[in-house]
Amino acid sequence: MGLSILGLAWRSLMNRRGSALLTILAVALSVSLFLGVDKVRNGARAGFENTISGTDLIVGAPTGQINLLLYSVFRLGSATAEISWDTYQSIADRDDVAWTVPISLGDSHRGFRVVGTNDSYFEHYRHGDGTKLRLAEGKLFTDIYEAVLGADVARELGYEVGSEVVLTHGLGAGGLTDHENRPFVVSGILAPTGTPVDRSIHVSLEGITAIHVGWESGTRSPFADTISEEMIRGFDLTPKSVTAVFVGLERRGTLLRTQRALNTQSGEPLLAIIPGMALGELWQVTGIVERALIAVSVFVIAVGLVSVLTSILTSLNERRREMAILRATGARPGHIFFLMVAEAALLGLLGAVAGVLLVQIGLLVAGPLLSSAYGIGIGGLGLSAIDGWTVLAVFAAATLIGTIPAVMALRRSLADGLTVKL
Amino acid sequence: MPVIDIRDLRFAWDDGPALLDIAEYSVLPGERVFLRGPSGSGKSTLLGLIAGVLEPQAGKVEVLGHDMTQLSGPKRDALRADRLGVIFQMFNLVPYLSLVQNVTLPCRFSSARRKAAGGGDGMTREAERLLSRLGLSDPKMLERPVTELSVGQQQRVAVARALIGGPDIVIADEPTSALDAEARDRFIELLNEEAARSGSALLFVSHDGSLAGHFDRSVDLKEINRAKGGV
Repeated sequence: MGLSILGLAWRSLMNRRGSALLTILAVALSVSLFLGVDKVRNGARAGFENTISGTDLIVGAPTGQINLLLYSVFRLGSATAEISWDTYQSIADRDDVAWTVPISLGDSHRGFRVVGTNDSYFEHYRHGDGTKLRLAEGKLFTDIYEAVLGADVARELGYEVGSEVVLTHGLGAGGLTDHENRPFVVSGILAPTGTPVDRSIHVSLEGITAIHVGWESGTRSPFADTISEEMIRGFDLTPKSVTAVFVGLERRGTLLRTQRALNTQSGEPLLAIIPGMALGELWQVTGIVERALIAVSVFVIAVGLVSVLTSILTSLNERRREMAILRATGARPGHIFFLMVAEAALLGLLGAVAGVLLVQIGLLVAGPLLSSAYGIGIGGLGLSAIDGWTVLAVFAAATLIGTIPAVMALRRSLADGLTVKL
Repeated sequence: MPVIDIRDLRFAWDDGPALLDIAEYSVLPGERVFLRGPSGSGKSTLLGLIAGVLEPQAGKVEVLGHDMTQLSGPKRDALRADRLGVIFQMFNLVPYLSLVQNVTLPCRFSSARRKAAGGGDGMTREAERLLSRLGLSDPKMLERPVTELSVGQQQRVAVARALIGGPDIVIADEPTSALDAEARDRFIELLNEEAARSGSALLFVSHDGSLAGHFDRSVDLKEINRAKGGV
């Protein structure tokens, strides 16, 4: 019997398919907004969390721990101070430290960040589940004027092994601050990683020092052009400072102790951060915005559900006759009630399922763009438990809301009896 | 034993004056009865009371041996679903159901009616048989949306619906007021014939006294209703 009432509800909706479709669309759009926000949020988090793994500590000049994490790992923002080479050496020489990766930031090439580092970067930097960087073609830099490009840099700028790259001082678009007298040659190109490494240009620390000869004041000195390449190669190109250091420990058990030791050591003040904890702090900050977005999209779902209510309520008047016919042919009040609730529930269910499909189609289309433009991995964006729970919740809420028109229809049909004066 | 037996019935809408005050009124099994009354005289209300969708303030309405005033709401609903057929003045059909689905509608709410009509496929065949008896056998017509039928055709579908599963009582509330004279007479003949065939008692209500000749017995509501509340 329940099934045959469900059949009535379905036919009744089909009879008003125009307005039913609009209502389903309203619910679908609201659900897809909610799920879209959630998926992009998770994708962004997963993207960030996959960017660095295996590094126990990141050390830099004192700043906020989020700031240090952002500029050292994500190439976002810039460092305000550096740490001296001697201090770097003292960190590298510690007994509890297994390996270090020094990085020197501050230059760029057509919008892509330049990272000065050494071979240990390619040995110890890990992403995702501990994946090492891999060369797609060419070899690592061996000369001070050689560069290894991230996958996106090579693809977007059309560079190949052997191409010449002119670096720019600072992060501007280039021009007056170009290091055009010291071009670099591409020695290798890395395989794509889905991390900011793809958008970085890697050169040796010595290369960074070399292009800054004559730039000690921060701008090009008149003498800079008079210094020949041979002269530079004759100089001691050991860097005077680095921007940050990735640190791997001998034993993870000493993590907190080592961190405290670095943070409180005498001499040059340092900030040592644990990447996971800094990310946690970052999520706390972004969490406020995320919660606001989620709250807004939940309200939008509520609006979608109100449209279900509206569509059924507006149909009630023209359906009084129908209710009287159903009553006369034997429908009990419970049947009328169930019919109305079933209509609301069907609208909610179809809307929610359509919303889930809408998001999946949207991700199929826009996913690659999200991934390349914002580093948001598509991996975590597929169907997940939250989709099922959302469908269930919207279905339940629509069913609950359906009781309002159901009670109204019930009261009216009881009062009308068998006659409706229209 | 009468299928409908009314004693000392009193009914008023809310706190208004009594609309119905009937000392005695009854219909025998298989009897075809005409009840005359102008509009607003309370005849539709009387039918609502007999069908068990309204409750009187006082008195007794016995339908098929059950005192409707003593039955619970669900029991009254079940009795109506199982053993009563109802035909309205117009707009008898559910717009989103097909002709046959409209006819088998009572079988959705009553397993007794469903069984009596042959259940499942038998139910559909019974609906088609009834429709064809009432002159609605063209397969093309059976597939058209019910809203495209003429009023006369819609009323005949309503007769088929009221009769499916052979109910004990068929109640018709002004079913011919939207029909022209010729269609009206043919409709009443068909209704009488089919009610007789299924052995149902027929209570036919109308303001038009000229129809009385079609029935076994005719009563004027004015004669049995002592209330002055009616118009």
